[in-house]
Amino acid sequence: MLVSMNWIRDFVDLDGFDLDALIHRFTLSTAEVEEIFHYGENTNNVVVAQIVSIENHPNSKKLHLLKIDAGDKIYDCVCGAPNVREGMKVAFAKEGGSVNGFAITKATIAGYDSYGMCCSEAELGISADNSGIMEITDDLPLGTDLKSVYDIEDVVFEVDNKSLTNRPDLWGHYGIAREFAALTGNPLKPIERVDTSVYKDLPPVAIDIQDTEHCYRYSGMKVENITEHVSPVNMRIRLFYCGSRAINLLADLTNYLMMEVGQPMHAFDRRKVDQVEVKRFDAPFTFKTLDGNERNIDENTLMICSKGEPVAIAGIMGGLDSEIEDDTTSLLLESANFDGVCVRKSSQRLGLRTDASMRYEKMIDPEITVVAIERFMKLLMDIDPDVQVISSLSDSYVRQYDKIELTFDKAYVDRYTGIEISDEQIINTLTALGFGVKHEGTGFDVTVPSWRATKDVTIKADIIEEITRIYGYDNFKITTTLSPLRPVRKSINKTDEYYVKDLLVEKFKLHEIHSYIWADYKKFGELNIEVEDNVKLLNSINPDHVVLRNCMVPTLLTVVNENKSFGTEYGVFEIARVIDGVKEDGACNERKKLGVVMLSRDCSEKTLFFRLRDMLSLLIANLRHKTLHFNHVEAFHNWQHPVNTSEIAVDGVKLGFISTLHPLTAFKIDKKAAIVCAEIDMDTLTGIEKAELDFTEPSKFPGIDIDLTILRNPDVTYSRVAEIIRDNGGEHLNSVKVTDVYDGLISSITLRLGFSSPDKTLSMNEIQDVIFGGIVPELEKSGILLKK
Amino acid sequence: MEKKIAAIIQDFTEAAKTASDSASVEKLRVKFLGKKGDIAELMKDLKSAPAEQKKEFGQKINQLKKEVEGKLTDLTAAIEQKELEALINSAECYDVTMPSRVETGSYHPITLIQREVEDIFAAMGFTIEDYDEIVDDYHCFEALNIPKHHPARDMQDTYYLDNGQLLKTHTSAAQNAIMRKYGAPLRAIFPGRCFRNEAIDACHENTFFQMEGIMIDKDISISNLIYFMKTMLSEVFQRDMQVRLRPGFFPFVEPGFELDISCQVCGGTGCPSCKNSGWLELCPCGMIHPNVLTAGGIDPEEYTGFAFGLGLTRLAMMKYGVKDIRTFNSGNLKALSQFESL
Repeated sequence: MLVSMNWIRDFVDLDGFDLDALIHRFTLSTAEVEEIFHYGENTNNVVVAQIVSIENHPNSKKLHLLKIDAGDKIYDCVCGAPNVREGMKVAFAKEGGSVNGFAITKATIAGYDSYGMCCSEAELGISADNSGIMEITDDLPLGTDLKSVYDIEDVVFEVDNKSLTNRPDLWGHYGIAREFAALTGNPLKPIERVDTSVYKDLPPVAIDIQDTEHCYRYSGMKVENITEHVSPVNMRIRLFYCGSRAINLLADLTNYLMMEVGQPMHAFDRRKVDQVEVKRFDAPFTFKTLDGNERNIDENTLMICSKGEPVAIAGIMGGLDSEIEDDTTSLLLESANFDGVCVRKSSQRLGLRTDASMRYEKMIDPEITVVAIERFMKLLMDIDPDVQVISSLSDSYVRQYDKIELTFDKAYVDRYTGIEISDEQIINTLTALGFGVKHEGTGFDVTVPSWRATKDVTIKADIIEEITRIYGYDNFKITTTLSPLRPVRKSINKTDEYYVKDLLVEKFKLHEIHSYIWADYKKFGELNIEVEDNVKLLNSINPDHVVLRNCMVPTLLTVVNENKSFGTEYGVFEIARVIDGVKEDGACNERKKLGVVMLSRDCSEKTLFFRLRDMLSLLIANLRHKTLHFNHVEAFHNWQHPVNTSEIAVDGVKLGFISTLHPLTAFKIDKKAAIVCAEIDMDTLTGIEKAELDFTEPSKFPGIDIDLTILRNPDVTYSRVAEIIRDNGGEHLNSVKVTDVYDGLISSITLRLGFSSPDKTLSMNEIQDVIFGGIVPELEKSGILLKK
Repeated sequence: MEKKIAAIIQDFTEAAKTASDSASVEKLRVKFLGKKGDIAELMKDLKSAPAEQKKEFGQKINQLKKEVEGKLTDLTAAIEQKELEALINSAECYDVTMPSRVETGSYHPITLIQREVEDIFAAMGFTIEDYDEIVDDYHCFEALNIPKHHPARDMQDTYYLDNGQLLKTHTSAAQNAIMRKYGAPLRAIFPGRCFRNEAIDACHENTFFQMEGIMIDKDISISNLIYFMKTMLSEVFQRDMQVRLRPGFFPFVEPGFELDISCQVCGGTGCPSCKNSGWLELCPCGMIHPNVLTAGGIDPEEYTGFAFGLGLTRLAMMKYGVKDIRTFNSGNLKALSQFESL
């Protein structure tokens, strides 16, 4: 919202204050100012002047040679404006002056000297009108400095609308002037308005509020015999500086009032609207608003009607048919208060947000409807003294907000602020902001003014804000707390997460990435990854992002796919959330998971697969001192390899999976690269207890190592082989290691069995008995033969 | 005998002149001092020498031995020195500027900044909490004093789910659960990923990280809030930070503030980054609204507290000079692999 300091000065005396500094304080105490504009600062020596004579320029069809009387003398001026005429009074910038920073100097235009410039309103910066030069219609002596009569010079600032959402009272200059009054300590002047009680015997306006839930108050008044149609220059400048556009006197006045007191108003042409009803309709219909658009009105939209015919969308926009026109001489003035939520929802539904609806959304004060009408009348009568009021000020006030009174103690303020703010300062601040304050002993009884009582100030903590923001946060002494300190231990899931990240980054050289919580139809589709059914977003603005992901790996595969030029070997991981369907209570089964994908063009898939497997084993061994178990399972995602997918588990608890990729997905990424992936449920991992580290006293007697080379049998896994050896290795077998794997025509594995005893040196005979009497026969029973 | 001694010295002196490496010195040692060397041979002659001369000859042979030993030692030292110099001079001078071939992994920049801030708060006695990303309307809004139809809900474009839940729009969604879990007094921070349903560009992301913090105790004041924010930010940026508070509206705090820091780009003199104000808006904060405390089972008459929401993603952008917010979720390793270590 744009705020004119000239306008503010109508209500509070700011003489002697540095306006920029004051506006800065407004940012720190009230709402964020985004930008300050200094209008008219660089416009000088522009005076009221009269065109004495006009001659066509001999060398140009467009230019004229003017003689201009600027009060002090007659000036020659070459002018290209189409609207010049003899006797016309214009804004003339004399040689040596400047217009918006543009220096006016003697110039020779197409062979003729010119000693000044006739300005358009756009050149002066006071409107967008650049169709011709500004005509001065006010009765002003020639030579009058334009800036002495028109408010061309102004400091205007723009407040961030978002920072005003909770302050309905700040949506008009009067409310903002109140803030400046509080900040400067100067009094706030009352709004000058007419006394409408003198019209109380005139016939009332027929107002029928049928929807008393959504209309709080409707005030109206009728006027006729309006002869003026153009707003005064200063009013037009203010409207323009504040972002509006002058239309005609009546429309301008409603806008002016909205910007001044914050009350949206509507002027109906009385030829079309002579009485009003406020209601909603049972069936939808279309309605043409004054911007010329057809709007679909539904049964939730509050409408203003006249004799049953809709004439305006309440609080949002008037209808085209009853709009004020240039020949309107009689009007019905609306100043009403509608429910903020109702207006906001209608506005959203219609996709139509207006200056009026923005204000109603904030729940503006219903007390000001009458003030606005009386102010409107004052301004209208000043401009057009011939107008005739033909109704009483009619007011239907069907719903009122509760009066809010708050009680608090000085100790409460001290405790909340942590600093000392004096009683006097508390009283002065609150009084300046319009609060009623009663102070007895250490207690305060505060009455909240109506313009703050619609939702903004409801509890005593709200009063703290009023006191402190005017006091100024920059003035706060800052102190630490005196709370006792307690030891803080990081939670296990946090330490696990960080350990995993450290290990993967530092030891395995993987790259941590972040991705999105949803599946991406497009990217998944490109890699033949099926988007599996899951919880969905209802209102995603991207049609590719609808289904939440149930696994980390597919997203990581898209990342790997997009980084193919990064290197010949790289891996990525992420610890983030996936949604594993919904739980019994219908809530999402949200799981924190680690996903890893590795790609290599330098080694075989098998090598890469085992690198990943070893990484996972190490992870669990280090985090929990436990062994990770792998069990072949059928692929359960379409992108997993049907042969090489294994479940991984600890203590019989399923933790996740490791797999290679289905060729249909792998080939989409890179036919020549090996790609492997895994996922671990970090939440499940958190629940697995950490075992104590195993320690065995090393034997003082030498041990014996025996190497056995066995032939591979594809039906028996290594873990089964190791199990048989351990089960039959006797009490002195304490290690089984693989020393060599030969993959060839006849594949074999060489195992080294370590035997030792804590209390004697073992004899070779003892060991051979165990091997050939126990281990080898048992292996043979399972189809495992020794290599000859 | 004397002749023989003289001849040996003569021989040795000659041979020593040609000895150029340790191997030839060793040969010399064997020839003259070895068990079957020239001097040992001389000793055999001593047996056959006349008895009265034995003592004299013995002394002379010993003297000869000492002389040869001494010269050999000197010669060895000289040659070792020469060889050492040759070894040093022949060494390759390595080009230490050759690029490293150690492969490195990388942390996500959010992880880096998050750990840093967590450590700062842990040192100030704050518990670190982890919280769900998918929450219900109550935790994201109702419990935070944002009833249905509150315009604040429009400010946060929420992703709603078909099971009735939603993606949390702010880390504040954890406030209620954490208050219920610990009660008062309480100091906690809870970093987390948040979601807003909006179009993304260089400055806007639909998925980003925040870090919420709350501190609740019997006499927590606005003055304390400013202290903690200033201390924390000074630690993060490793210098004394200028902060300022301005009124800001957030339904779950009262009073609510926007906290600005002096612009890190221009140092506070004004630049395009700070719209010439010298200040950058960094984090909303405020005194926890009594309704929020009540909803969390904490008596607002007994306890007060402050809350703040730090934009971790924004902080990472500022700290590392990341200009495009989309970098974080891009998975682009050319960008992300630069964050190599803690």
